[in-house]
Amino acid sequence: MAADAAGAEPAAGEKERGKRAALSFAAVALVLGLPLWWKTTETYRASLPYAGISALGSLRFQLTVPVSVVFAKGTLPGAQQRRLPLADTREEEILLNRKPSVTSCYEMTYRSATATEQAALTMATVQEADAALLLLQEDLLGSLTVYVIPETSPLLPQGIGVYIGKHRSAVMRGTQGPGDVLAAISARVQQIVQAMSFTTDSITTALSDRVPMDQLGTDTRRPFKSSLGYEITFSLLNPDPKSHDVHWDIEAAVNSYVQPFLDKLGSVANFSVDSQILYYAVLGVSPRFDKASSSFILSALSLPHVINPVEARLGSSATSLYPVLNFLLYVPERVHSPLYIQDKDGAAVGTNAFHSPRWGGIMVYNIDHPAPDKAPLLLRVDVDMVRVMEVFLAQLRLLFGISQVPLPEEFLLESPGNNGLTDWELDRLLWTRTVENIATVSTTLTSLAQLLDKIGNIVIKDDVASEVYHAVASAQTAMLELASGHLGSAFQASKEAVTSSERAFFDPSLLHLLYFPDDQKFAIYIPLFLPMAVPILLSLVKILREAKQSKKEPMKTD
Amino acid sequence: MAAALPAPRWLLAGAAALLWACCGSAATDGIQDQAEHFFRSGHTNNWAVLVCTSRFWFNYRHVANTLSVYRSVKRLGIPDSHIVLMLADDMACNPRNPKPATVFSHKNMELNVYGDDVEVDYRSYEVTVENFLRVLTGRIPPSTPRSKRLLSDDRSNILIYMTGHGGNGFLKFQDSEEITNVELADAFEQMWQKRRYNELLFIIDTCQGASMYERFYSPNIMALASSQVGEDSLSHQPDLGIGVHLMDRYTFYVLEFLEEIHPASQTNMNDLFQVCPRSLCVSTPGHRTDLFQRDPQNVLITDFFGSVRKVEITTQTIPLDPNLGGLETRAPNDEMATEPLKYAEQLPVAQIIHQKPKQKDWHPPGGFILGLWALIIMVFFKTYGIKHMKYIF
Repeated sequence: MAADAAGAEPAAGEKERGKRAALSFAAVALVLGLPLWWKTTETYRASLPYAGISALGSLRFQLTVPVSVVFAKGTLPGAQQRRLPLADTREEEILLNRKPSVTSCYEMTYRSATATEQAALTMATVQEADAALLLLQEDLLGSLTVYVIPETSPLLPQGIGVYIGKHRSAVMRGTQGPGDVLAAISARVQQIVQAMSFTTDSITTALSDRVPMDQLGTDTRRPFKSSLGYEITFSLLNPDPKSHDVHWDIEAAVNSYVQPFLDKLGSVANFSVDSQILYYAVLGVSPRFDKASSSFILSALSLPHVINPVEARLGSSATSLYPVLNFLLYVPERVHSPLYIQDKDGAAVGTNAFHSPRWGGIMVYNIDHPAPDKAPLLLRVDVDMVRVMEVFLAQLRLLFGISQVPLPEEFLLESPGNNGLTDWELDRLLWTRTVENIATVSTTLTSLAQLLDKIGNIVIKDDVASEVYHAVASAQTAMLELASGHLGSAFQASKEAVTSSERAFFDPSLLHLLYFPDDQKFAIYIPLFLPMAVPILLSLVKILREAKQSKKEPMKTD
Repeated sequence: MAAALPAPRWLLAGAAALLWACCGSAATDGIQDQAEHFFRSGHTNNWAVLVCTSRFWFNYRHVANTLSVYRSVKRLGIPDSHIVLMLADDMACNPRNPKPATVFSHKNMELNVYGDDVEVDYRSYEVTVENFLRVLTGRIPPSTPRSKRLLSDDRSNILIYMTGHGGNGFLKFQDSEEITNVELADAFEQMWQKRRYNELLFIIDTCQGASMYERFYSPNIMALASSQVGEDSLSHQPDLGIGVHLMDRYTFYVLEFLEEIHPASQTNMNDLFQVCPRSLCVSTPGHRTDLFQRDPQNVLITDFFGSVRKVEITTQTIPLDPNLGGLETRAPNDEMATEPLKYAEQLPVAQIIHQKPKQKDWHPPGGFILGLWALIIMVFFKTYGIKHMKYIF
């Protein structure tokens, strides 16, 4: 009895202690354990400017071109002369997917020519005038100047109404008749400005990601996408070294003809040029012998199969990740000389060259062989680099997307000469590249934000977040600069934005490897939490039941 | 009356000539269409990612599968620089291989698909889910060489071939990890977001392969699998000399089909869908084309398996002035007598033979020695008692 009583007493005390212990276990588990587990299993996600990214996603551009129209003496009647200097703004909406997206704004300033400009415009030839006028201009990237000369002026040749020079100026004939001269020439001025800056088509091409594929032409597939650098390789293919000893002075040719072109494009991308000579490299196709012209023919249908067997041997730098442009000069074997390329109508091609979109170009160089009895065993050949570089430069321009805008007959375009590129062609390239860069940044950042939103357990490090902020800020700067007409700084800002956004998107740490389906989540957590949770829960249930019973007890005894 | 008679005959002759001319121009139009057909697909380059996800000798057939597809793709024109080949590569030099440095794909050792110009980009333990996803999405560490990257752009057609052991919704990588169909679909979506492909052809030869393409949701993907959910993909033929199965059935018949394709052939995808019917393959191959924009009838096999370039004739030149550039023409040099170049001594044998033994630095004894001595000392003191300690220290 006493033992029972003694046993009952500590039992009650123990029960009390046991209750308190169970409650404290539950309290620690809830108050300390759950927050600790939550904190230690969450991933570090730095904050991103989601608002800025979605604003960028709506992508409304305004492209401003500052144009000054200069009237020479004798083009305007007195009354209209007195209205100058005059400023005007013309805006146009370019529709994309039937929604207005790009506004092109032409800021025209009309003024009359100064004395030095007038002197330049009365020079003997229009090329000299162009050179003299260049010295008088500010020559900002993206700006244009149109000079209007009297209709009867001898500066422009007969039948030519407009001359577009090597730099950023054009010379056009004014109209003679009565009425408002400004209104009369405005259509022609608009045509000139569009040819020298951008057209609707070129902007639509630059935004090609957002346009359905069937509306794009082959022109979009040919040029390389804007990239931070390019690698250009010139290769000489000599399949018959026992007959031909071919030498080419590629270094001098590159320095004279290709390097000025690349220097002009220096702000657009980094270029690296290399060259090589490949021996015993044959074309994948054997040419047909044509009796009529006693020469060998490569037809247009067999050209696509020429490139592949050679490409394996061309090689590319293992360290650079830039796209490669290959230019091949093929000297046919003695038994297959001369070798001509035919187009699909069967006519021989003048340049004897062809190119492949986004890859490069191939030119076939035929050698004159002396009469067989006088021929030495090994014929030494010095390649005429000028002829070769003319073709390669043309192909290089096409592969960069510098194509001609179709213009009416009376337009005279100055050829770019040894520089390979006129200033206004560079401007055209910069306009489309800037728009393309900003569109790329917007798509990249939008998809990155969507990805990070959708997958909750990707870690977002601080440097990724800072790159995203930098990209958004640069893209906004670029759009502001485009709207105010500063093409140079807009392009630089867009390039920075693209670099930052690519670095953020392709950061190696953003790998989504952890996909847990729900049943796997249960499988992981149940063995950890269940052994601990079951005793606590059961004891809590017991405590509650006893508390309820003890509440009923006093009522019962009462 | 007399004038009216010749007129109809003349008219008839004229009509006949007109008809013939029309037919002639229609014929040339047909050829023109054929040539323009090249441009319909919209891609300018081709890439291939070939993955074999298993290792160990008894999975010989998976390596043979992948290498056979690699051979076909190279034969049809895709260069090594555009192929990312992921293999465990433990077959050719495996101690159990009776013919070392070979991997055969036909019994009686007819066709060696290993050869001596195989370029394996990810081999052995580098074939992991992480590396595979990194290759697809492009999130590669900057130190990775060019050959290990998928440098595709928005005009690339990519062929992805995977083989190994799989299940309902997953694919096993090297017996230690797995990739689920959700992860694969997400990876393809990220490729689409960054426009890393123009069109994608996904072929998988595993058990229950169709489950891997169920979850795709990005546009321009066509998928083929060797078996439906719940079915097993079976192997083709064992070779008694080598002792293992050499190929899987589906890939075997796909390869027979590809042997007839040459770079200029016009065979389309519908023929590839008919390859390996149930009677030959025992499993039911499946395909998925709802995400693909073009009709499979118009898709050429060489759009994905080969590399047919688009070509344009260069019609313009830029006139250059040779005198302006200051081109210094070097007088052609005759062969200058230079001293012959030679390699640096790779293995200076004389130096190695006669060198003195190097003084090795003394290092304190490592873990094992220390542990052994501690054990000896403990046993000593246990047996003889701690009082002997004062004689030691």
